[in-house]
Amino acid sequence: MYTEKNNHLTLENIIDEAILLYDEKPEELIPILSFVNKKFGFLPPHALTKISRRLHTPESQVLSVASFYNMLFTKPIGRHIIRFCESAPCHVSGGRQVWSAIKELINLEDGETSSDGKWTLVKVSCLGICASAPVMMIDDDVFGNVTPERLPLIIDQYQ
Amino acid sequence: MKTYRSMVLVSNDPYSIQQGAEEVFRNFEKEIKKLKLEDEVSLSQVTDIGRNDASPLVIVYPEAVIYGPVKPDDAKYIVEEHLYKGRIATKLQASVKELSGHVSWLYSRTGTLPAERRIVLERVGLIDPTSIEEYILHDGYLALGKVLTEMKPDDVISTVIKSGLRGRGGAGFPTGTKWKFVSKAEGNQKYVICNADESEPGTFKDRLILEGDPHNILEAMIIAGYAIGAHEGYIYIRGEYKLAQERVQIAINQAKEMGLLGKNIFNSNHNFSIHIHTGAGAYICGEETALIESIEGKRGEPRSRPPYPTTNGLWNKPTLVNNVETLANIPAIIRQGPDWFRSIGTPSSPGTKVYTVLGNVNMTGVIEVPMGITLREVITIYAKGMKDGAILKMAQTGGSSGSIIPAALQDSPMDFDSYANFGVSLGSGALLICDQNNCVVDLAKVLLNFFRKESCGKCNPCRIGCQRAYQILEKISKGQGTLKDLEDLKMLSNYLYEMSNCGLGQTAGSPLKDILAHFYAEVTTHIKQKVCPAGVCEINNV
Repeated sequence: MYTEKNNHLTLENIIDEAILLYDEKPEELIPILSFVNKKFGFLPPHALTKISRRLHTPESQVLSVASFYNMLFTKPIGRHIIRFCESAPCHVSGGRQVWSAIKELINLEDGETSSDGKWTLVKVSCLGICASAPVMMIDDDVFGNVTPERLPLIIDQYQ
Repeated sequence: MKTYRSMVLVSNDPYSIQQGAEEVFRNFEKEIKKLKLEDEVSLSQVTDIGRNDASPLVIVYPEAVIYGPVKPDDAKYIVEEHLYKGRIATKLQASVKELSGHVSWLYSRTGTLPAERRIVLERVGLIDPTSIEEYILHDGYLALGKVLTEMKPDDVISTVIKSGLRGRGGAGFPTGTKWKFVSKAEGNQKYVICNADESEPGTFKDRLILEGDPHNILEAMIIAGYAIGAHEGYIYIRGEYKLAQERVQIAINQAKEMGLLGKNIFNSNHNFSIHIHTGAGAYICGEETALIESIEGKRGEPRSRPPYPTTNGLWNKPTLVNNVETLANIPAIIRQGPDWFRSIGTPSSPGTKVYTVLGNVNMTGVIEVPMGITLREVITIYAKGMKDGAILKMAQTGGSSGSIIPAALQDSPMDFDSYANFGVSLGSGALLICDQNNCVVDLAKVLLNFFRKESCGKCNPCRIGCQRAYQILEKISKGQGTLKDLEDLKMLSNYLYEMSNCGLGQTAGSPLKDILAHFYAEVTTHIKQKVCPAGVCEINNV
């Protein structure tokens, strides 16, 4: 995840690693962007420029891809990202109440990052774990059957 | 493979892992070793066993006893009682109430519940998905062997055509016909793509198949490649499905090691390789041309059709795109023949369908049943009735791009053609059951919000139409709507259907059409009386 310590040097290393892992071809753009996004936390403009040069792809094309997919971020995000499912199955199974509770608990709206850089809260489409609706993900962990009462216990697990 | 006296399966889906399934597994391993039972008892991890209320689950065969939720400390007791002394540890058994329809079929083996019919999910939850040996032991790669040694490509295609299999991604296009188109298309370089970008809200059948039985999909893809003359395949898995990606990668590596992928498979002339491509979060990439664009490293924006992918697909070459569930039927059809397949389901829609049952019912989960069973049967038998004795108000079939159907349709058979007759669609198999406490305007708002966010923005009708429809619904839900708005919604729904470039926009209007057709009175109450009958919408009287 993104921290102040990350600098251009590590970013360059990450990009080199990604291109080595995949290939220096335009069609590998999405895996490369995903890799850099995961390692660095988001995709700063500098990274897009560098990737576009390495892959001989116009920078506009790289930005258009980076801004299209929900899992790629072009702005810094918090240390932990909460993905809350807003699709119909979670909505009818108590999701509305949980969403109000979560907004209140960490004091953020959809798409916002807290000022201390700890949380980013986003609403997402179905995560495919609908049998345990309502569902949310924090980073890579899945939480099902979330209730407003359980919420503080879940949130407290993260530092 | 050895035979064992007992088989212990520990659930291993993401939710179970988060609930401590890994530790449960390790403790079982330890306790079994301690009592020197390792030669008599096999222990494996299996993927999602259904509803997560009782996770992590532990199932012991041959008795088909289900324990859950099992804590790491319970391992010792279960091993001692059940596996050593042979007594069922009743106090740790999962209560029937907490088990989903998915698990209910385990009971069916002991004859207590109506049996599901499992073809696609035959091995899911039964075998260790990371073991190719277990897959082979359960008839795995038998169909591939038969195809490569006994059948010509055309025989394979005619078998699939005869079986009557129709695409399970939602549209229901005959699979064999599609295969024939690609095989007849000109060009030496062709591709097989497995569409595993399952993002339809409420649908997670493909995740279960990939996590629980990944080799089945590989086998089907190699067969498809042989039939249409392709040597390369792609599995496009959505970015959020981390576990599925891992499992499929393991399966590909194992198949390569065994020579089931690569050159001269089964000493035939057939070469085949499979690549995984992971998505990065875009619902639209489930649309086949958008998926192809995404594999090529571009924005997932659907192409104009025709030409269809069957002639101009990936890298402009003929490409076969099939859904995971469709492919999962192929090996069974080859093994047991098209006539056997036709004996299941209805004449126009043979086979089974995997449904995900969700919403206000007692049991949510996955079931696989023959085509043509009714919604009432699903709710009463598999879902164990409505939650808290509520009344069925409506069901939403097939995720966001499906239909909202009123309770009156609960006795019509669910298959592609019967539903098409009522002007509703079966879609991807999600069944979201809603009781009387849900408001149709609110539900339509949620659906349109989904489309407005997931629209790729390429064509105007969809980009602007979804946004506009959402705004109108929001206005109605606040009690500020007018009757003219309903006219506008109707118009938008028609425009979306007629003018959008791809399936997303074309189906985005169907919730609007459905609520106006079946729930007109409830919608107008929001406008005329400024009241939400279900008490969901927050109406501000201005």
